Amino acid sequence: MAEVTVLAATGNAMVAEAFRQAAPDVLAAYPITPQTAIVENFAKYVADGRVHTEFVAVESEHSAMSACIGASAAGARVATATSSQGLALMYEELHIASGMRLPIVMANANRALSAPINIHGDHSDVMGARDTGWILLFAETAQEAYDNSLISFRIAEHPSVQLPVMTTLDGFITTHAMERCELLDDETVAAYVGAYTPAYPLLNGETAAAQGMFASLGGTYFEIKKAERAAIDASMPCIKAAGEAWAAVCGRGFEVIDAWKCEDADYILVVLGSAAGNARVVARELRAQGIKAGVARIRVYRPFPFEELAQVLKGARAVGILDRSDSFGAQYGPVGLDVRSALYGEGLLIPTRDYIYGLGGADVTLDALRQAYGELQSLAAGELDQGLSYLGTR
Amino acid sequence: MANIKSLSETRERLVGGHRLCGGCGASVAVRQVLLGAGADTEVVVGSATGCLEVSTTALPYSSWNTSFIHNAFENAAATISGVEAAYRGLKAAGKIAADKEIKFVAFGGDGGTYDIGLQSLSGALERGHDFVYVCYDNNAYMNTGIQRSSATPHYSWATTAEVGAAQPGKPQRRKDLTSIVAAHHIPYVAQASVGNWKDLVEKSEKAFNTPGPAFLNVLAPCPRGWRYTGDQTIEVARLAFRTKFWPLYEVQDGVWSMREVREKDLLPIEEFLRVQGRFKHLFAPENEHLIALLQAEVDEYYDYVRERCG
Repeated sequence: MAEVTVLAATGNAMVAEAFRQAAPDVLAAYPITPQTAIVENFAKYVADGRVHTEFVAVESEHSAMSACIGASAAGARVATATSSQGLALMYEELHIASGMRLPIVMANANRALSAPINIHGDHSDVMGARDTGWILLFAETAQEAYDNSLISFRIAEHPSVQLPVMTTLDGFITTHAMERCELLDDETVAAYVGAYTPAYPLLNGETAAAQGMFASLGGTYFEIKKAERAAIDASMPCIKAAGEAWAAVCGRGFEVIDAWKCEDADYILVVLGSAAGNARVVARELRAQGIKAGVARIRVYRPFPFEELAQVLKGARAVGILDRSDSFGAQYGPVGLDVRSALYGEGLLIPTRDYIYGLGGADVTLDALRQAYGELQSLAAGELDQGLSYLGTR
Repeated sequence: MANIKSLSETRERLVGGHRLCGGCGASVAVRQVLLGAGADTEVVVGSATGCLEVSTTALPYSSWNTSFIHNAFENAAATISGVEAAYRGLKAAGKIAADKEIKFVAFGGDGGTYDIGLQSLSGALERGHDFVYVCYDNNAYMNTGIQRSSATPHYSWATTAEVGAAQPGKPQRRKDLTSIVAAHHIPYVAQASVGNWKDLVEKSEKAFNTPGPAFLNVLAPCPRGWRYTGDQTIEVARLAFRTKFWPLYEVQDGVWSMREVREKDLLPIEEFLRVQGRFKHLFAPENEHLIALLQAEVDEYYDYVRERCG
């Protein structure tokens, strides 16, 4: 029976606990606001002898991911953490980690990208990584950041997945806010995460292994990239199984789409991460007024759960998408593009509107969300176009 | 001590059938360095993107008799540091036997080491990983077509340091990478050359047998880029030594020592320049004064090393 410790903790502290309990053989990381406490807490576990992990305090995020790739290719269980400019600096290495099919787990404290420089929460950094072949998870709370981080090891290291996983939490809002959290005992977590058996490690003690080979013309490159898509497409059942297995241990549910009162909803806001709570507050308020509002929160963003999402949204009269980053020059922000595509693919021509909100940590006020739900009613009535709004700007 | 008979009987770790050019200095450097790792030692090789990597790892073939990893251009040192950290982490976890010994070596060209990979190298050296980093210095970005690097000699031709009416080749001097690495105060640093096999293999033996980081900067002439025929590689490398262009020295636990050129072997810098097309323009009458400047520069660097050797 799992032993549960209730504590007040930040998202960063809970991710650090998850990494300690998953006991990676190597953790190579570089500190960056607002991820810093993950690395600091882990460094303290190392200093106190609480983990066997080789902690590699690298000189940049590029080297962090480079060392993680070397360590994972060697056969180690590997974890790291970053944010914002650090994630951007890793960009080429993100593709290499997934292309080499290395099950690295990385926490990202979602933060704005320069310029202008800003250290606060939005999704600009992680959205730049959405097509890099990583599985992407979004946490709403510190508790979920812990849960997602543990689930990540099971997903990444599953023999039929073998892909890197990014477990993300919103900068400052989730990384730094103190919440009531439940920490399970080390033995229970170790049993859940399980042992890792690498497929083709460099350090295998028998035969020579080669990693990171050259595939020029002749089609091998193309075949390998096709296999990579097949792997991430096929990972969804493993993600669900890992999430449900953890739910059975910890008692908290797992859904790739966390749908709140969407079954009969006329107006649904789609959201990722920490803003979901405020959206539910406004939806509850609207329901008290007889307006059927719902909230669909995406917990697994890559692979994109388009079938599951379409199922949740199919009865709505209008759908608003909350985008905490922009895709400059495109019709919508990145989440909006994915949601629209999912609806179209299922033959659902529900009117949609995209809402860019909270960039650079700007407040996501209840009034702003009331505005969005109000616009959805106009949209359903044909009084508003399917364009894009900025919430909370002049 | 390296002797040619036993070395010739040692199993090769980089085998024939690779696609490097005839006369390539890099493959000679790699084979000689790996002979210094010990015949029965398990070695993991890392490589930066470059000639060596593209020519030895074309899928589905590998020319390596060892485990091998390539990641990208600027991060061979960071990558091998991750492999080495995994070795220690897996030992701590009991997944690799405590008495199991594995050596780690990373190769990069001068582009991947002097330039784009310098930060990654510096970080890995400072962290004290137990590995050998080998720069095969062929004085330019040869893999992409002879573009200048910070290792390209002063006044040399390169495709991004052209020779023309306004400029006689590369306007800047070479970077002194070996001294930069020595300034990290790691246990072992050496400059070696494929033209002096015994010196190179012995330095490699020291590098592999020194706990902690070790660095070898190996001159590896490139017939395509230096503009000479492929059968001249060893001779050109020897001329680099005899003309003071490439001093052979080592810094062991902070103590500098050099293999001085014997008085009777000493040659003027012209003898190194003359055999290479990349310096052809220096022999035009309007550029001859540049040869005197180059002579002064190599003399100055040679004296700088000699002074440190006490």
